[in-house]
Amino acid sequence: MAKVTVDGIQVEVANGATVLQACEAAGKEIPRFCYHERLSIAGNCRMCLVEVEKAPKPVASCGYPVMDGMVVKTDTEVVRRARRAVMEFLLINHPLDCPICDQGGECDLQDQAFAYGGDHSRYAENKRAVKDKYLGPLVKTVMTRCIQCTRCVRFATEVAGVPELGATARGENMEIGTYVEKALTSELSGNLIDICPVGALTSKPQAFTARPWELRKTDSIDVTDATGTNIRVHAKGPEVMRVLPRVNDAVNEEWMADKGRFSVDGLRRKRLDRPWVRVHGKLRQASWQDAFVAIARRLEGVKGERIGAVIGDLCDAESMVALGDLMTALGSPNVDCRQDGAQYDLGRREFYTFNSGIAGIEEADALLLVGTDPRHEAPVLNARIRKRWLAGAFPVGVIGTVGADLTYPAEMLGDRPSVLSGLLDGSVGFIEALRNAKRPMIVVGQAALTREDGAAVLAACWALAHQVGALLPDWHGFNVLHQAASRVGALDLGLVPRAGGRSVAGMMSGGVDVLWLLGADEIGAGRIGPDTFVVYQGHHGDAGAARADVILPGAAYTEKSGTYVNTEGRVQTAFQAVFPPGEAREDWRILRAFSEVVGHTLPYDDLDGVRRRLAEVNPVFARQGLPRFGGTDLSGPSGDLNAIGTAPFAQPVSDYYQTNTISRASETMAECSRVYARPVIQAAE
Amino acid sequence: MLSDKDRIFTNIYGQNDWRLAGARKRGDWDNTAAILARGRDAIVNEMKASNLRGRGGAGFPTGLKWSFMPKNSDGRPAYLVINGDESEPGTCKDREILRHEPHKLIESALIASFAMGAHTSYIYIRGEFFNEARHLQIAIDEAYDAGLIGRNACGSGWDFDFHIHRGAGAYICGEETALLESLEGKKGMPRMKPPFPAAMGLYGCPTTVNNVESIAVASTILRRGGAWFSALGRPNNAGTKLMAISGHVNRPCVVEEELGVPMREIIEKHAGGVRGGWDNLLAVIPGGCSVPVLPASTCATVLMDYDSLRAERSGLGTAGMIVMDKSTDIIRAIARFSRFFKHESCGQCTPCREGTGWMMRMMYRMVEGRAEPEEIDMLDQVTRQVEGHTICALGDAAAWPIQGLIRHFRPEMEARIAQYKQAHGLSGLAPTPENLPIPVAAE
Repeated sequence: MAKVTVDGIQVEVANGATVLQACEAAGKEIPRFCYHERLSIAGNCRMCLVEVEKAPKPVASCGYPVMDGMVVKTDTEVVRRARRAVMEFLLINHPLDCPICDQGGECDLQDQAFAYGGDHSRYAENKRAVKDKYLGPLVKTVMTRCIQCTRCVRFATEVAGVPELGATARGENMEIGTYVEKALTSELSGNLIDICPVGALTSKPQAFTARPWELRKTDSIDVTDATGTNIRVHAKGPEVMRVLPRVNDAVNEEWMADKGRFSVDGLRRKRLDRPWVRVHGKLRQASWQDAFVAIARRLEGVKGERIGAVIGDLCDAESMVALGDLMTALGSPNVDCRQDGAQYDLGRREFYTFNSGIAGIEEADALLLVGTDPRHEAPVLNARIRKRWLAGAFPVGVIGTVGADLTYPAEMLGDRPSVLSGLLDGSVGFIEALRNAKRPMIVVGQAALTREDGAAVLAACWALAHQVGALLPDWHGFNVLHQAASRVGALDLGLVPRAGGRSVAGMMSGGVDVLWLLGADEIGAGRIGPDTFVVYQGHHGDAGAARADVILPGAAYTEKSGTYVNTEGRVQTAFQAVFPPGEAREDWRILRAFSEVVGHTLPYDDLDGVRRRLAEVNPVFARQGLPRFGGTDLSGPSGDLNAIGTAPFAQPVSDYYQTNTISRASETMAECSRVYARPVIQAAE
Repeated sequence: MLSDKDRIFTNIYGQNDWRLAGARKRGDWDNTAAILARGRDAIVNEMKASNLRGRGGAGFPTGLKWSFMPKNSDGRPAYLVINGDESEPGTCKDREILRHEPHKLIESALIASFAMGAHTSYIYIRGEFFNEARHLQIAIDEAYDAGLIGRNACGSGWDFDFHIHRGAGAYICGEETALLESLEGKKGMPRMKPPFPAAMGLYGCPTTVNNVESIAVASTILRRGGAWFSALGRPNNAGTKLMAISGHVNRPCVVEEELGVPMREIIEKHAGGVRGGWDNLLAVIPGGCSVPVLPASTCATVLMDYDSLRAERSGLGTAGMIVMDKSTDIIRAIARFSRFFKHESCGQCTPCREGTGWMMRMMYRMVEGRAEPEEIDMLDQVTRQVEGHTICALGDAAAWPIQGLIRHFRPEMEARIAQYKQAHGLSGLAPTPENLPIPVAAE
């Protein structure tokens, strides 16, 4: 520890800390533009200059290491003058277009100009103008506003792992760009907008739609992947304008994936806002009462085992538990949350969660990815893996098909599950890397589980984890990476077919007479037999609604208070930001109301009641967050190791931008899909 | 005055053979192994005793710099990097060493590398120095062939490799950390210090960066002794130095001279005097374009060494004197420097990136006189806002010439402004956007 005096306040900071950190420890605010806690230090904006005793010149506190006995002054005439000077320099070529700048109100340059700048300009020469760059459909550029802090360059290179941004030319003519003009190929590009301290990089889809001070902010959870990214929904009146990440070091640090951030325009389109009932083959608008009665009539005389329910990927735990209870009340054993037909062992929770924890990735020292493409399944989690890789000595092996560069080098071990057997019997060389590791990590993806031999692959991965010493009292290296935000919660609630029950495939091929789809659109609803009566409860007019006989309009994740369990098994709560459109209602309320119509009234009337019920079904719902745990029980999931098949693992995600009803309804995501997923190959001339 | 027997660079004009045979005749490569046999500490101590100060401009004691290199390697290799990116206007001494005394440099590089535990040395040569790089490469090949460098260099048991890297013409790559970045294949932008190169330099390894001249004199110092070298010149300004005299003199030249000799004597003895006689002298920039200009009155008495010039609020820099006679438009001359620095600023840190352009634009208005007298003070303030606030010294270098101009030639600037106003029929106001006639739209 080093003792540092900042403006007369004594603080102790770790050796190797920077002067800026010492100043923050002393409660002194140091203005900065280029410095960012999660990026490397550039030291180029010079805004953070402070005086250090015995140093001949003011030093850039962001990069200057502390020394024991150092005396720092942050509030002297020299420092004030230096800050004013830097502000003046930054502003001479910065356009004064704040009134039309989307960064206005949340602009570091604006804020710091107020706090540290002068009151007038002395610059009488012409200002510089810079041509705007094309960075793809998500990030809008106004490069004249750029102050060359290079945060975006460092973010793209370090965190996103796509070294596509850089500075060309020098001096005044220095410009940030992609060298050869092209769209940034990152699933984290939206974060560039957040880290840009000025209005040079702003959101293209949300340009000129709202001012930050008009927005109502509500804490929520991103449901477009299973990472459980903590977000803040910004709404204006009845509309969600944008979504920004919240800081949670255990989950998403302060990053967010593009799908969650930019698919919000999908919340305004293709919405189901009133009940519909199919009469003589045509859907007709109906009242809630008519819709409920239509379903109740159809249910009359239908035996419990001829009723089924499928749960979609975006559901909150409240609606899922209500659906589960309703099905139990109706005597149905057919409830399935696995739209993709993945095989899990619900014996113990650690068989289907990401047990190392997302933050735990940073402690791992070897990684094996089985049938997963984290870059496209969970971009933020992938950034954590890259962060770990950057720290050095981190061998990564991949079994399966990966869509693109993972953003860190990985050894491709093969695309077939037989490689697992090879690792288990020691014939695949990568086993040494896992064995030599103190904290090896194995991540099993959905592509490995949504197969005939899914259970066998899961068992093999557990056996491998056991063999390489990934199951320790203080370390759990066995991980399942999910794609669906609802999946772990549903598994925690036991929403898989009970004894004698039918799975999704069984229900679809005529196994049930009445099928209740709770936001389930990824099952190929068109293939449901013509005799099956389909109830679709959800928020978007997608595949499920098109096939439905009765449509019950539900609420999207921004429109209801909901509990979500991420792939780690972390229970998190989202709050309601806006109201559902039209006559749409919160999903658990719909189920509760319907239960009364069929005479099986569910025993809860308010959200607290549902949540008490959740905790009753599974105590994990009683507490938020996630304690760390090790792998103590070594017995593995059921699954016959010899049943491992020969077919190669499929590619987990074919089009990152089109995976759920919200993103399929979003114009922005459609544009991204056009640009990234199906790039047009142009002939060279 | 330096007597011929104390001259280090005896073939600086290239009258004699610059290749190995000629260099050997002049005493280079004479039992180099014996120098290395003295051991690392003895060499560094001898260099310290010589009181040699860095010849690249900053004047940091060379022996002390060498002693910063870690004595025991932690597994990382060490590097000696020689800075041959001589790009400052007015400075042209290193090229004479490179093309006419390459063996002195290679031999000294071997000794210096040995003294800092480096087996590899790189020289970063300014891209425009084509023939210089060619000569040096020939000399390197000769030295390899003769077993003087390479494995078991000179039979000393020390392995030493010497590589040339040619720059692409950026002035900023002469800054030591930008040079290292460029050498690593990155954009030449200065690094933050600390960590200093001696701890983390080229490829993250301990590195010393020295000017060509600082290295090239090492072999002679070690042959003749640190005491000999430090006896030359003045206290704290020891030894001889290559000086370049350009501009309005009768015979521009590069000459080796003792430090502490009066500037006037150097100009008159070696460069044939100022064009039109000493009284025609307007000003001298004593050390390359990055140091403040000195008016003729000061030039008559000032001594050419680090401390004397510092006392006059200028600097020795690289001792590349730019002599200007009274035909010079001094404001225009300094404005041209401003343009140079604006063009060469790397663009990394704010004050330099934005400030150099601002200063240049104001300077060109000053050349015309299209300004207000109070803008001279503002210009001075802007230079002080840049100075000392940047990562590297380019910001300072851009600020100092203008400060020198304002300090010594303010009346000229004011006269220019008055002249402009008279010529344009303006009473007190220069045409600024506020007082220009409001343009009327054409109908």
